[in-house]
Amino acid sequence: MPLLEIDNLSICFHPSATRVVEGFSLRVAAGEAVALVGESGCGKSVTALSIARLVPSPPAVYVSGEIRVAGRDTLKMPPAQLRQIRGGTVSYIFQEPSAALNPVMRIGNQIRELLRLHQPQWDTPAEVIRLLESVGIPAPATRARQYAHELSGGMQQRVMIAMALASRPKLLVADEPTTALDATIQAQILDLLDDLRKRLGMSLLLITHNLGIAGRIAPRIAVMYAGQMVEEGPSERLLARPAHPYSQGLLESAPRLGRDTPSLKAIPGQVPRGDDMPVGCRFHPRCAQAQPDCAQTAPALISVGDRWLARCPYARRANES
Amino acid sequence: MNPPLAQPLLEVRDLKVHFKVGQGALRRAKGWVRAVDGVSFSLAAGETLGLVGESGSGKSTLGRAVLRLLATNAGQIRFEGEDITHLEGDRLREKRRRFQIVFQDPIGSLNPSLTVGEIVAEPLRIHHLAPDREQRRNRVEDLLKAVGLGAGDAARYPHEFSGGQRQRIGIARALAVEPRLIVCDEPVSALDVSIQAQIVNLLKSLQAQFGIAYLFIAHDLAVVEHISQRIMVMYLGKIVECAEARSLCRQPRHPYTKALISAVPRIGGESADRVVLSGDVPSPLELPAGCRFHPRCPFAEARCRVEEPPLREISPGHTAACWLVE
Repeated sequence: MPLLEIDNLSICFHPSATRVVEGFSLRVAAGEAVALVGESGCGKSVTALSIARLVPSPPAVYVSGEIRVAGRDTLKMPPAQLRQIRGGTVSYIFQEPSAALNPVMRIGNQIRELLRLHQPQWDTPAEVIRLLESVGIPAPATRARQYAHELSGGMQQRVMIAMALASRPKLLVADEPTTALDATIQAQILDLLDDLRKRLGMSLLLITHNLGIAGRIAPRIAVMYAGQMVEEGPSERLLARPAHPYSQGLLESAPRLGRDTPSLKAIPGQVPRGDDMPVGCRFHPRCAQAQPDCAQTAPALISVGDRWLARCPYARRANES
Repeated sequence: MNPPLAQPLLEVRDLKVHFKVGQGALRRAKGWVRAVDGVSFSLAAGETLGLVGESGSGKSTLGRAVLRLLATNAGQIRFEGEDITHLEGDRLREKRRRFQIVFQDPIGSLNPSLTVGEIVAEPLRIHHLAPDREQRRNRVEDLLKAVGLGAGDAARYPHEFSGGQRQRIGIARALAVEPRLIVCDEPVSALDVSIQAQIVNLLKSLQAQFGIAYLFIAHDLAVVEHISQRIMVMYLGKIVECAEARSLCRQPRHPYTKALISAVPRIGGESADRVVLSGDVPSPLELPAGCRFHPRCPFAEARCRVEEPPLREISPGHTAACWLVE
């Protein structure tokens, strides 16, 4: 049984009927790392937050679907059980650590708070030190007595990770964890996440807009566009030869270091707004390969290779040249 | 460094910008942040010079200082051969026509209560470039077209546009006065990847059309390599390496540049000699002695802790500030 199973999830925000997430399915096995990639507004964060039902309803309406964490549907769970999931079985870290940390509480006490809630038998100063050490914070005893503002952005993100680990989660959801950090610090945090996943055997769902980061951390990538999954497949092959025209566009629009590209292939137009979703394929107005029927029929996910799906009838198949 | 044959458009010599950090009720000086600490470079007409560095490196301060948007403490800025370091009043305003800036945050830099037409017309009005209304309207239409917007967009307000379109408005406003130099301060960092490419392509085509020079400030090395002819790398207020874009990205010499390049997440495998830095950027209030990079440098030697390395030429057109580079 996979640790996380999302089945046919659809979410809209009252009073709009537009599904900001539509028919989304994803499985994450125990110990596996999966990256969810997409641009702003594609629904990747809403999807990630809904795993622990962190998108409040109302305004969110969970139109359909199931989200099972270790076999139990979080969308149907009573609040008391949900509290065990939130920050317990499923932990989150976010983009802006300075906004997520309490500014008037010492770092150590913030970690203790989580231990008290989720692992009361480990609620000791020694466990705080152990957690801070495990995320590579030097002089952990000193740091535990400090406040968030005394730490750099990279150190704050390490503290967030230590807090996320306090509950000994089975799944860590990292929503753009390095976007606010400098390049050299970003590399450190990515290495740390990868190392922790392997060491602790937990699953990792990484939300990012950067295909390079996705490929570095996760053997499997899911690409979202306008609320739908448009492609899912093994990272290495997907990044080498993306099947869906949107994934191709994303990959070609970013310059690559050390490669000559005389001019970047931009994707024309803009991401559609929620209240103005194109009929048929949601990507067709921006798609260079669009056919007449793309404007009428909404495409389904089809298999384009081994464990490889794409939402496009004209998608490049893995065995095609 | 390759001295441009003709007179450079912009020439900066030993520029210093220091900020006092105050403390207590009387704001007594607690210390100085040496945000830009002795920077020299030149920029040819029509050239794109990339400026990369992490937050706190001083790259934005440098960009603003060369446009005289910030007070400088020492050094000289020459623009089209004229020393503009101490220009004031009307003479400075007149010069400002020749150099403009495009900011990272397109929504924060556009007045929400003005229409797009009024925003783009404002510099024309200030510099008396299109005195009558009819002329001004035509010019605004041309500018909007040049950046890929429609003439009809002039009557709309900034909030009606997406991030990429707002950046186009900011570019149209900068273009209005026909500048020779535009400082682009992280112009694509806030945009989605697919839109980034549109703006980068637009900047390149405008340069080809109008011969504008760019000082292109960004932290994304891949974007900077793509758009620039030369790149400077800044660390804690100093230039640590400067070279032609391709050789800087493919044969970096300074350990910091090497680390920056190996930190870029790549598609299709990591680079062979990965340099991973430990630790954080030190506080600019307590600069390390000797080479500013030595506490994080995996190769630092005794000399690096004591003596500050000068920026020196290591091969034609390639300079680096490191004792260990042969």
